[in-house]
Amino acid sequence: MSTQPQIQPPPMNFQSKAMRFNTGRRTVTNYFVGGLSILATVVVLAPLVAILFYLIYKGASSLNLAFFTHVPAPVGEQGGGMANSILGSGIILFLASLMGIPIGIAAGVYLAEFGRGKALANAVRFTADVLNGVPSIVMGIAIYSLVVMQQKHFSALAGGIALAIMMVPTITRTTEEMLATVPHSVREAALGLGVPKWRTVLSVSLRTASPGIITGCMLAFARVAGETAPLLFTAFGNQFWSFKLNEPIAALPLQIYVYAISPYDEWHRLAWAGSLVLIVLIMVSVTLVRIYANRGVLKGGS
Amino acid sequence: MGVGILVEDLNAWYGSTHTLQDINLHIPANHATALIGPSGCGKSTFVRCLNRMHETNPIARATGVVKMGEVDIYRDASPVEIRRRVGMVFQRPNPFPTMSIYDNVASGLKLNGFRNRRILDETVERSLKQSALWDEVKDDLKKKSGASLSGGQQQRMCIARALAVDPEVLLMDEPASALDPVSTSKIEDLIFQLKSQYTIVIVTHNMQQAARVAENTGFFLNGRMVEFDSTHKIFTNPRDKRTEDYITGRFG
Repeated sequence: MSTQPQIQPPPMNFQSKAMRFNTGRRTVTNYFVGGLSILATVVVLAPLVAILFYLIYKGASSLNLAFFTHVPAPVGEQGGGMANSILGSGIILFLASLMGIPIGIAAGVYLAEFGRGKALANAVRFTADVLNGVPSIVMGIAIYSLVVMQQKHFSALAGGIALAIMMVPTITRTTEEMLATVPHSVREAALGLGVPKWRTVLSVSLRTASPGIITGCMLAFARVAGETAPLLFTAFGNQFWSFKLNEPIAALPLQIYVYAISPYDEWHRLAWAGSLVLIVLIMVSVTLVRIYANRGVLKGGS
Repeated sequence: MGVGILVEDLNAWYGSTHTLQDINLHIPANHATALIGPSGCGKSTFVRCLNRMHETNPIARATGVVKMGEVDIYRDASPVEIRRRVGMVFQRPNPFPTMSIYDNVASGLKLNGFRNRRILDETVERSLKQSALWDEVKDDLKKKSGASLSGGQQQRMCIARALAVDPEVLLMDEPASALDPVSTSKIEDLIFQLKSQYTIVIVTHNMQQAARVAENTGFFLNGRMVEFDSTHKIFTNPRDKRTEDYITGRFG
């Protein structure tokens, strides 16, 4: 065929057998690690999906209009709902967010923008991390002795305070970390325009970091929304409508707990329904805030 | 209109490092002044001392006198007041990522509490025209984020942002070093036009750039100002041997 001699590439050490072997091994490694990460995702998501479907299977059949409009029926009577618990949870969580989110964000701003390298900042950071690890039942007892014992009665307010304190560390640390991702050059741009430091923090740093901070607040909210233990000795729960912040109030997790450990099948079914409602409400509120916040950030005010 | 800047015995430190030593200098009003020198020689620290940005770093401090017109900026005014009179353009474009083009340019006014819509509109248009960006962005001022522009456009937007507060002095810290040649020449044209209205101080690594845009040039080395003279003199007949070595490329 060809009369000309084949031109052979000069032998090069790094392109020899060893290198080709490596290429093959790398491809295999690539597929292997890729597969592993997909597997891990499935392993993580599977229980979540399973829980949701199990809740729907167990709870959906007990859901009806009465569940959302009626207070619990006395033992032995059919029907009844958890309307007062849904309202109570809403009130407690609103109170908790009202106290926990501003304090959490303010502490995070201090850590990231004003306290760099200061002893107080290190103390705050350490406290937040410890607080994050405090078991929720301990938080309940602490608020019981600090608030309930002083007031001499259980109250929605005490429940709100307990949950607020549980929200603070998560929000503080996320706020600090998100502010740390805002490039220094962006802050300098604002300072260079003669914008005072406080205004730079509010309108530039916080705004740039806001998607992450909102995520942190939502995580904290979702975490405490399902808490039962801190409410046992604080909000206490009840079986009727109550709007007073200074009195015991019902909450979904409490009601689920009471129904779940009761000996009645009807109550067990209601507990399943309550669990489903709780999860759906958390998902809906988190999603709503996300959508609203994203829109606000993109539009941009001043 | 711009004001002249008089610097007397300026010294600056980062921690224990003495980054600027006994700088004495008069920067004339409504001219462009270039500062050249090898990396780490103190040029950037020097311009950051002119609007008191130097002291935003907690370990940094400065002593000496800097007068802008009649105002001694370290004694007669707060840093915030000074920075409103002295615009600054940084090495890398630094738009506010969450703001539209319009809000970026208007930010100096808006963040300082200025709300008059008509005047804001006029200022944004004037500033963007001054920085030769108006024609490229006028249709999506409020639709596009400032961060969505190209690097060169972002830098011109940052210049517009600095001009919008109507400063007397414009400090530019290597404004074109992160840009391609086309954008660089646009920025240089801009400096050439702006210097009749503002006192411009430009730090640059690019000696051709200094020669093209500046009437006067200062040469910095190891925290000291070795020589300050008309750009022509510095580049053709420098007094100091070290300046000559630097501009002929023998070191640095």
